[in-house]
Amino acid sequence: MPTPSSKLFVIAAFLLLAVFPTFASAYGLDFVTKIMVYALFALSLELLVGSVGLVCFGQAAFFGLGAYATVWFSPESDAASIAWLLPACVALAAAAALVMGALSLRTSGVYFIMVTLAFAQMAYYVVHDTPLGGGSDGIYLLFKPVFKPWLDLDKPNALYGFTWACLVGVFIVLALLNRSRFGRALAGIRVNAQRMRATGFSTYPYQLAAFTLSGAIAGLAGFLFAVKDGYVNPEMLSWHLSGAVLIMVILGGIGQLRGALIGAFVFALLQEFFKSESIFGNMAKHWHLGLGLTIMLSVMLLPRGLVGVPEQIKNRLKGKAHAAP
Amino acid sequence: MQPLENDATVLMRGHQITRRWGGLVALNQVSIDLKAGSLHAVIGTNGAGKSTLINILSGEFPPSEGRVELLGQDVTQWPQDQRARAGLGRSYQRNNIYPPFSVYENCRLAAQANDQKPWLWWRPAESAVQSRAKAEEVMARCGLTEWQDWPAGLLSHGQKRQLEIAMCLATEPQVLLLDEPLAGMGAEETERMLTLLTQLKKDHAILLVEHDMDAVFRIADRVTVMVNGQVIASDVPEAIRQNPAVQTAYLGEGEHAVNAS
Repeated sequence: MPTPSSKLFVIAAFLLLAVFPTFASAYGLDFVTKIMVYALFALSLELLVGSVGLVCFGQAAFFGLGAYATVWFSPESDAASIAWLLPACVALAAAAALVMGALSLRTSGVYFIMVTLAFAQMAYYVVHDTPLGGGSDGIYLLFKPVFKPWLDLDKPNALYGFTWACLVGVFIVLALLNRSRFGRALAGIRVNAQRMRATGFSTYPYQLAAFTLSGAIAGLAGFLFAVKDGYVNPEMLSWHLSGAVLIMVILGGIGQLRGALIGAFVFALLQEFFKSESIFGNMAKHWHLGLGLTIMLSVMLLPRGLVGVPEQIKNRLKGKAHAAP
Repeated sequence: MQPLENDATVLMRGHQITRRWGGLVALNQVSIDLKAGSLHAVIGTNGAGKSTLINILSGEFPPSEGRVELLGQDVTQWPQDQRARAGLGRSYQRNNIYPPFSVYENCRLAAQANDQKPWLWWRPAESAVQSRAKAEEVMARCGLTEWQDWPAGLLSHGQKRQLEIAMCLATEPQVLLLDEPLAGMGAEETERMLTLLTQLKKDHAILLVEHDMDAVFRIADRVTVMVNGQVIASDVPEAIRQNPAVQTAYLGEGEHAVNAS
């Protein structure tokens, strides 16, 4: 359950993001847009891992399909309208999730992790090895989608605002969903699926609905990413990305929506930090090393992720107070 | 749907149920009738097949042979959740609750099974007034109201057993399958549970698996004795006490054990 202070945190964070463009550089704007897309992507996985307790290791497939769909569906000579392109891309990702979920939800635990990974690898090789995906070079999005006359996503400010709105919208939807009957049933399935069935809940359709919704949100993130870069490549479906988004969710803290936001931001900032040549010089080439070690350390020291830090500090202080004479 | 059996008071029936695990026969041609307003106890040593019987009746897994009927319908092929929605409630031998949730939420979630409406995703679960009222009601009935905000995992063992029953009742079942609800309970808690069971049997058909012979013979209207997956006797409690086969096979050496209870 969100506490008042956590609500305040989320509202403050969204307001800060809303005013950020007024003082940001072009680079900063692009960077934060990217982070917000990752945050959306992380939210999609948080719905599965945090709410339903399903560890999906193929989330990049839906992200990548949403991105590729943006290029596939866009006409070659003109800008597409967001009004139909966005729903179409999201629908494609959701349809893929529906099929993949229908099959993989028949397994559970580590088998579920492996089956989702296998499906994502299949999708990866489809775009990597067939003419459909343009091979490892990827394909360019020649015209960025517009919503005439108000919105042109070719403009960085417009894209930033649109991404922000998507992030806030999805966050609100998921927050509502978690406290609804649907969300409570998902939580029950996470904690004790056997009891849920004995009580009269058919768990499979609930899980499948959540899986499909998660795929749709990941597809939305993929759409935004494709529009931002104007380019898609097979790496957007790779297992590295599925792993990275899982790390964002774990780093931020499983079971809290804001954990996905925090995780995405911290992950991206850490990545930039360890890649920075002015700090690490030649070692910057090996940024994976520093990032990996930091993540291992944080998982060891912060079992409940970054959202659990305030409570950990509070407990530590309480413990000290007790120990004092 | 046509009732398979004319006897309207039989709410649940297991007919010639057999369950094999490889070469092992866990249940052999077991038949049982659960009637409205009646508490039917099943006793037997560990491994006699009592829990297997409950699992098959509730739909946890299917029988190898035989038929299960619920409220006059053949439900042998029905999944567990469908049987539950049709009016079947069960409790588990081991506590099977939602430990991180509050006692109230455990009950409310169970009540929600009757009013699921997952498509109302924007409305808070608390806006479903029926489920809330039902949760309050079953907590009061099972003596859990004062613990309603506690995480269920922190309850005592006896309270968790009570919560099991409360969650069962929250779905408004007509048939209750209770797997050792008295296990590990203190004397006071046992008394409270027996009072509750006596009330419940007025408007439910209850199957009670229990090791506490004293309790069984006090509240059961009918007792079935199982040994090695087979029913060796099924009768009213008095007749079971006198049954020589039961005495030798289950109740121990001669009349000694029976009289001791």
